[in-house]
Amino acid sequence: MSTTIQALKKKVTPLRATQYVVAYAFAVLWLIPFVGILVASVSPFREVVRGWWTVNLANASLDNFIGAWSHATMPIGQGMVNSFIVTVPATIIPLILGSMAAYGFLRYRFPLRKSLFVIIILLLAIPQHMVAVPLFRIMQSLGMINTFQGLIVAHTAWGMPWVILFMRGYFSTLPIEIEEAARIEGAGSARIFFGVIVPMSWPGLASVFALQFSWVWNDFFLALITLYHPDMLVATQRIPLLRGQFHVDWGVLTAAAVITTLVPLLVFVLLQKYYVRGFIGFASK
Amino acid sequence: MSSRGRVTTRPSLTTRQHELVSAAGFVVPAVAIMGVFIIYPAIATLVLSFLDSDGNFVGLQNFIQVLSHEHTLNLSRFLSGESPPWGSLIHNGLWVIVHLPITLILGLVLATLLHNIKGGPTIKAIIFIGMVVPMVVGGVLIRFIFDAGSGIVPNFLSALGVEGLVTRTWTAFPQTSLAALILGSILLWTGFSLTMHSSGLSTIPKDFYESAEVDGAGVFTKFTKITVPMLAPVTSVVIAMTLLWEIKIFDIVYAATEGGPGGSSMVLSFQMYRYAFRQLNHNLAATVATILSAFTLLVGMWLLRRNREV
Repeated sequence: MSTTIQALKKKVTPLRATQYVVAYAFAVLWLIPFVGILVASVSPFREVVRGWWTVNLANASLDNFIGAWSHATMPIGQGMVNSFIVTVPATIIPLILGSMAAYGFLRYRFPLRKSLFVIIILLLAIPQHMVAVPLFRIMQSLGMINTFQGLIVAHTAWGMPWVILFMRGYFSTLPIEIEEAARIEGAGSARIFFGVIVPMSWPGLASVFALQFSWVWNDFFLALITLYHPDMLVATQRIPLLRGQFHVDWGVLTAAAVITTLVPLLVFVLLQKYYVRGFIGFASK
Repeated sequence: MSSRGRVTTRPSLTTRQHELVSAAGFVVPAVAIMGVFIIYPAIATLVLSFLDSDGNFVGLQNFIQVLSHEHTLNLSRFLSGESPPWGSLIHNGLWVIVHLPITLILGLVLATLLHNIKGGPTIKAIIFIGMVVPMVVGGVLIRFIFDAGSGIVPNFLSALGVEGLVTRTWTAFPQTSLAALILGSILLWTGFSLTMHSSGLSTIPKDFYESAEVDGAGVFTKFTKITVPMLAPVTSVVIAMTLLWEIKIFDIVYAATEGGPGGSSMVLSFQMYRYAFRQLNHNLAATVATILSAFTLLVGMWLLRRNREV
C-alpha cells in the first residue's frame, strides 16, 4: 500500500504534470495546421473561406477530392499515375545498382577507390541546382526531356551517393565469415552478393526503399526541369498549378495536397522503423 | 603495392585481374550513371559560371554581377529598416539565423520532454509529419495557415485584438511574406531535430541521471550537464543538415510565394531557377548555383571533419 502511494506521489509531482501539459500542448499546436488542411479538404469552399474552424462538418463531402482527382486542366489523378510510373523504377534501380556499388567499395581494392569515395561523399552536399542546367542540356540532346525515362535516370543518379554510403555502412556490419565460407565453396562474386549478402540485408534495403521512395515521390525540382507537357506532370508539380487564378480554391488545393501526401505518409506509417533508422543513418554518416 | 617487392606469380596475377573485373562489375554501373548525370553536370556548371553567353572566359565577372545585384544583396534597404526585398543572400541568412536555433533547441527540449512520457512516441510521430509531407505541400500549408480568410494565424491575432499587417494574408505582402515562410518552415523541420535527439537520448545510460539525482541535481542541471553535452555529436549533425536544408530551400518558396511579392521572399535557389528557366541566362544561373554549392560544401566539409574528430 505505502509503496503504491509513494509511486503515485513520485509520479504526480508538479514538475511531471507540467511536463505532460507542455508536451500535449505542443502536440495540439502541431496538429492544428494538419487538421485544418483535412477539414478544408472535405468542406465546401464558401465555408472554408470563413475559417475552417467554423465549418459545419455535417456538410462534409468528398466533392473536393473528386474535383481535384479529375480537375479540368490539372487532374491530380493523372499526376498520381505519373508519380507511380516514375517513383517505382526510380526507387528499385538505384537500390540495386547502389547496393552493388556499396559492396564493391567495401570488399574490393581497386585504383581510384578512395578518391571516388570522397567524391561520392561530396556529392551529398551539393544542391540539385548545381547540376540543373547541364543536366537539362544533356537530357535535351538525348531526347529525354518530357519523358519519364529522363526523370527516372535523373533520380537514379541523384539517389545513388546516399544509397552507396548507407548500404556500405550496413554491409560493413555483416559478418565476413559467411562470405568466406561461400567463397571457399566456390561461389562466384555475383552469387555471393545476390545469394548471401542481399538476403542478410533486408533491414538496410528496407530503409533505402522507404526513404528513396519518399524522396522521389516528394521531389519537385527534378520533375520541374524534366517534365513540361501538361499530361506528363507528376503529382507534386500539379499542386502549385491548382491554386486557381483569381482566388485560392482551398477545397481543391487541400484535397490535392492530401491525396499526394497519402503515399509518403503510408510509406512512413508502414515502414516507420526502417524510415527513421534510414534517417538517422543517413544523417550520421 | 605489396606485390612490387616479390616475384608475382602467374596465378596470383590472374586472381588480381579476376578481382578487378568483379569490382568493376559492382562499381562501374553506379559510377557511370553518377558521372554522366551528376559529376559532369556539376563540373559543367562550375565552368559555365566563369563564361559569358558566347562561351568566352570572363573571370569573376559573373560573380561580381550576381553579388552586386539588388536581387542578391540589397544592404542599404536592409540597413535602413525598410521592408523586404533585401536580396536573396540576406533572406537565406535570416532563414538560418531564425530557423536554425529555434528548430535545434525546440527539437532538443521536446526530445527531453517526450522521452519518458505516455503517448510520447505518438506525439513524436505527429511532429515528424512535417518531414514526411512533400515540401510543395508544406508550401501550401504555409499559405493556408497565414491566409486572411481561412488561415488560423491572422484570425487568431485579430481575435486577440491585434490590428494591422499581421491580420492580412501574410504571403501576399512584402512586409510579412518572408516571415511567414520562415515561421512555417519551423513547423515542417522541427521533427528532424526531435527525432535525431530522441534517438541520441536513448543511448545515454540511465545511471548517469540517477547518480546526478543522488548528488542533488535538478532538472535544469541534469539537462545542461548531462543531456546537452552527451548529445553534442548528434547536435552537430542536426546543425549541418539543418543548414543544408535552409541554404537549399526551394519547394516551399515556389509553392507558397514564388519568391514574391516583389522579390520579398526570394532565396538563392529560386533566383537560380528564375535565371536558368525563365530568363534563360544559363551563365548567371550557374553562378548562383556555384555560390550555393560553395556554402553547402563548406557545411559538408565541416561535418566530415567533425565526424572524424568524434
